[in-house]
Amino acid sequence: MISSFYALIAVGLSLVFGVMHIVNFAHGEFYMIGAYTVWVLFALLHWPFFIAVGAAIVIVGLLGLVSERLIFRHAHGNVLSGFIMSVGLVFILQVAVVEIWGVGKMKPVPAAFPQVLDMGGVSTSWQRFIVLPATIILLWALWYFLAKFRVGRGLRASAQDPEAAALYGISPKKSAAVAMLLGSAMAGAAGAFMAPIMSVHPYMGHSVVWTAFVVVIVGGAGNIKGTILAALIFGFLTTIITTLLDSTIANLVNTLVMLVILAIRPQGVAGHA
Amino acid sequence: MVVAPFTISGYKVDFLTMLMVNVILAVSFRVITTTGGWSLAHVPMMGAGAYATALISGKLGIPFWFSMPLAGLAAGLTGLAISYPLVRTKDFSFFVASFAAGEAIRLCWIRFKIPFGGHRGLGVPIPELISGVPALDFAEAIPYYFLTLVVTIICLSLMYRLDNSRIGDSMKAVQSQEALAKSVGINADGYKMLAFFIGSFFAGIAGVLLAHRLWAIEPHQFGFTTTLYLLVWVVFGGSHTFAGPIIGVVVLTILGEVLRPLADWVPMVYGIIIILTLIFLPGGLESLPSRLGSSAGKTWKIRISFGD
Repeated sequence: MISSFYALIAVGLSLVFGVMHIVNFAHGEFYMIGAYTVWVLFALLHWPFFIAVGAAIVIVGLLGLVSERLIFRHAHGNVLSGFIMSVGLVFILQVAVVEIWGVGKMKPVPAAFPQVLDMGGVSTSWQRFIVLPATIILLWALWYFLAKFRVGRGLRASAQDPEAAALYGISPKKSAAVAMLLGSAMAGAAGAFMAPIMSVHPYMGHSVVWTAFVVVIVGGAGNIKGTILAALIFGFLTTIITTLLDSTIANLVNTLVMLVILAIRPQGVAGHA
Repeated sequence: MVVAPFTISGYKVDFLTMLMVNVILAVSFRVITTTGGWSLAHVPMMGAGAYATALISGKLGIPFWFSMPLAGLAAGLTGLAISYPLVRTKDFSFFVASFAAGEAIRLCWIRFKIPFGGHRGLGVPIPELISGVPALDFAEAIPYYFLTLVVTIICLSLMYRLDNSRIGDSMKAVQSQEALAKSVGINADGYKMLAFFIGSFFAGIAGVLLAHRLWAIEPHQFGFTTTLYLLVWVVFGGSHTFAGPIIGVVVLTILGEVLRPLADWVPMVYGIIIILTLIFLPGGLESLPSRLGSSAGKTWKIRISFGD
């Protein structure tokens, strides 16, 4: 259930890669900043939880938009440049967070919904449960936007064939900016919802972005549906193996599954969008 | 380079030793990038060399002189093994797959406490030139500095000859014109895998030198942060010429040393430098002379050929 938040992160990553051809390694840092926003607004300033989450989505989305303008636009679709630029952005964001809030101290975020939910013998906290409907609502909203709105359809057109889309009057730059805004906002939302569950620290993005990359590869880069499917499969796999053995083995198995899939089916299970 | 260690403090001698280790690492990375593969598993290859020498010379008691090439070979074979799925991937998949392959190796070191020692890592014995002769004490900074210097010169000259050989030319052909290279009978995947083997071999040698100076290794040293630094060095210096990565390592390491009082800020400075380099000087420092000189119109680009 918790692992459904990987879908949120991976979908954003997949969207950004599909439209801009940027392997955004800083995506994990966007997630981290979403979590910090909730820590500051909800835990320190005692704003209502959902307003803090909304603020995190807006702030991280804007951060993504700004980084597209200042940095990623200059990669001109070169995968290597884009990736290394995002590495530079990782360094910048991590140091900024460490210098502002420090690294050592714990950042406890109290549960917004501490009540226990009992589902026929299986009990979980509301805080954990709420991740699932939130993920579903956000993914549905994204799908609705991509399917029904002119800008959203333009985004998908740019991902499939930027030149043909440009001929129909869809600006690739605008599409890139929208993709970055939405993709980052998704990462911010994931960080915001996970802040009361995970421990909030400056390096929390690293492990998450790795799993998200694995998910995107298996689902097919740029393919939203495939990414969601892969996120569910890996979430399930990780939970099972972590329960039976331990989390290191789970990571190892995930990686090996990905390498095997790459060796036999390089375009991903569902293929490219 | 020969007189320097006698005139400076022990700390600075060790600093130069580590700088040379990083030079071998960066130049060996360039062997792989000449075929277009910007592997994110290169630092774990260095770790493979370090772990191999820790096991071979530490657990089996084989002398340093034999354990060094053997450990290099072990790293090279590890590189060859991961290159098999990697050459089948391109751009996004290649980055992620190479990253994941490196992490998988690192997770093995953490998870399998026998023989790798888990999070605590392994101890590495002090190398002996001829066993029983204490005069050449490689526990001291200065003898070890000269050992590293000799090994570095050998490694660099071998890689330099490789770069200018027919094999090196074929590797560059695979990067710049893969389809054309294939059509004249160059086995593109074979050369990519060969590059992985050779690059990983020398990275393994760098790992051996690192391990025998630090006397202990642990998985964290070969983590992703080190990989990111390696990328920054090579991109900043440039990877078109043999000298590019060396310039990148030396300039940025010295810059990092100058900024020691502000150590917390160094990653941010690196991040800003690398983004500005990619925007304004995409060929790295090595392209600066030609940009300023007569061939100003020449465009330099970092290319990745696992793709088009």
